[in-house]
Amino acid sequence: MTTLSITRADGILTVQDMGRPGHLAQGLSRGGAMDRRALLEAAALLGARAPLAAIEMAGAGGRFSVDAPTRIALTGAPMSATLDGEALRWNATHLVQPGQLLQIGGARAGVYGYLTPAGGIRSEPWLESRATHLSIGIGTTLAAGDALPCGDDPAPERPAHGLAPESRFDGGTFRVIDGPHTALFEADVLEAFYATDFTRGPRGNRQGVQLAAEARFTTAQARGLASDLIGPGDVQMTGDGVPYVLMAECQTVGGYPRIGTVHPADLPIVAQAAPGAILRPRRMPFDEALAAVRSEEAELRDLAGRCAPLVRDPATIHDLLSYQLVSGATAGDDLDLD
Amino acid sequence: MTDPRPLDAEVLPVGLDGYLVRFALTPEPAAMTAARRFATRIGEAAPEGVVEIAAALVSVLVRFAPSTDRGALETQLKAMADEIVSGPLDMPAPTRLWTIPVAFGGEEGPQLGQAAQAAGLTEAQAVHEICAADLRVLTIGFAPGQPYIGLMPEHWNLPRLSELTPSVPAGALVVAVRQFVLFGAESATGWQQVGRAAFRSFAPARAEPMPLRGGDAIRFARAPADEIARLSEDTDRMGGASLEVLR
Repeated sequence: MTTLSITRADGILTVQDMGRPGHLAQGLSRGGAMDRRALLEAAALLGARAPLAAIEMAGAGGRFSVDAPTRIALTGAPMSATLDGEALRWNATHLVQPGQLLQIGGARAGVYGYLTPAGGIRSEPWLESRATHLSIGIGTTLAAGDALPCGDDPAPERPAHGLAPESRFDGGTFRVIDGPHTALFEADVLEAFYATDFTRGPRGNRQGVQLAAEARFTTAQARGLASDLIGPGDVQMTGDGVPYVLMAECQTVGGYPRIGTVHPADLPIVAQAAPGAILRPRRMPFDEALAAVRSEEAELRDLAGRCAPLVRDPATIHDLLSYQLVSGATAGDDLDLD
Repeated sequence: MTDPRPLDAEVLPVGLDGYLVRFALTPEPAAMTAARRFATRIGEAAPEGVVEIAAALVSVLVRFAPSTDRGALETQLKAMADEIVSGPLDMPAPTRLWTIPVAFGGEEGPQLGQAAQAAGLTEAQAVHEICAADLRVLTIGFAPGQPYIGLMPEHWNLPRLSELTPSVPAGALVVAVRQFVLFGAESATGWQQVGRAAFRSFAPARAEPMPLRGGDAIRFARAPADEIARLSEDTDRMGGASLEVLR
């Protein structure tokens, strides 16, 4: 067993994995990582067959050390990271030795960064998951002095790898499909909703994210509606017509009407939009959404195929142009070669 | 329980891996019974590919594996739902019966008097009716394990209070619209608190953290407040609740 010690916590740090599906009938939502893709990226980078339990870092990281050599993956919202003062590339793996200080600063874009040890965090599971579920008191935020048990790195000698992340850290367009309540909204309300540039509002947490705009999007049928099953990605209209996108720790049942559901592939865009980021919903025809759906297993395989060894002379990178080096959608320095 | 309005069952996509079978948009008693019957029926014989079934008050969510033939499943769900709608709309026979001790009135149920009055009853009559009622877990939601329990007779169709009670304690039994909620944790509510149980519907450390299931029969057993206080000491947080498996 390897121990990952936290000597300082700057952001809101929690242990997260892919959550605990299958308990909706008992009122328990899946929970798990806000940006599921970041855990898939970490697994791909570390050569793991399935996503590992990681530290989710909201806003900023902290200071960490290990007691045995272990690779770590840094994914999700790009944060400034150093190992004994030397800058580390984001969206990559790095070997950390006992005695070294891993320091992770604030997010340069996005909200949720992930620190994944190669052996995965092995805290005590509850209902087969290690995910902290803050709203119901399962687990707590991590603090200085905490020491997390981790699996030993199965291959510390494996060379460091990097991966060009799918850009999702500055808001943008997210696709929405119709749901069971969409027909309750008048056509002009739907049209207005899909013509609005929203700002990621100041209210947001692991349960839901507010989409702010001057316009309101109401339906006369909201009153008297029976409470119904809800889930992550649902775009719920509160009584005054302000949309919220439900996230990992949402309740399982709710009484507000829902205008649609975010395509699961685009939920990380909403999760990673920092307050103030512009978010534009686009209505996606159902058939198109079905054609675009990809299982997380398939996504992990794709990502694994895109990982590349990290230390390379740019002159030898024949596919340099295929990397997203200048896109304004990333922080721009997350592909720097060490 | 009959409703003159015919129900119309809809099967609607939920995300990319689910269907919602919905019997009404509003919480009509007939639709609640239909949803419960449908959930029981599909729980006993789930179609191929179904990975999760969860019932709300008037709808049932059916999630399926990605490899499932969507069209075939939709047809099957619609046929099942239509059959339920056209059949007898009685609550299905329960398979399990919980008896849950509750202290009524006084500090444990500060609004028993006004709720009883609104239902046209004395406090004693109200408690008698609550403890004699044939109740079911209609759905579980808003918090893990937390049950909605019903339905009481029509004279219990009490409106929600216009002013929220800022806080009722964990275990509070509250009533409105012919239903009870047994709160798993301290909460604000617009329903009226008539009693309190030592039973906790959610206890993470318990072997079964969320023991109630949709469709379970519930019987409330009147207990003195000091007994509820004593039962609250039990580490299993079951509060003296007993479970009888009926079939």
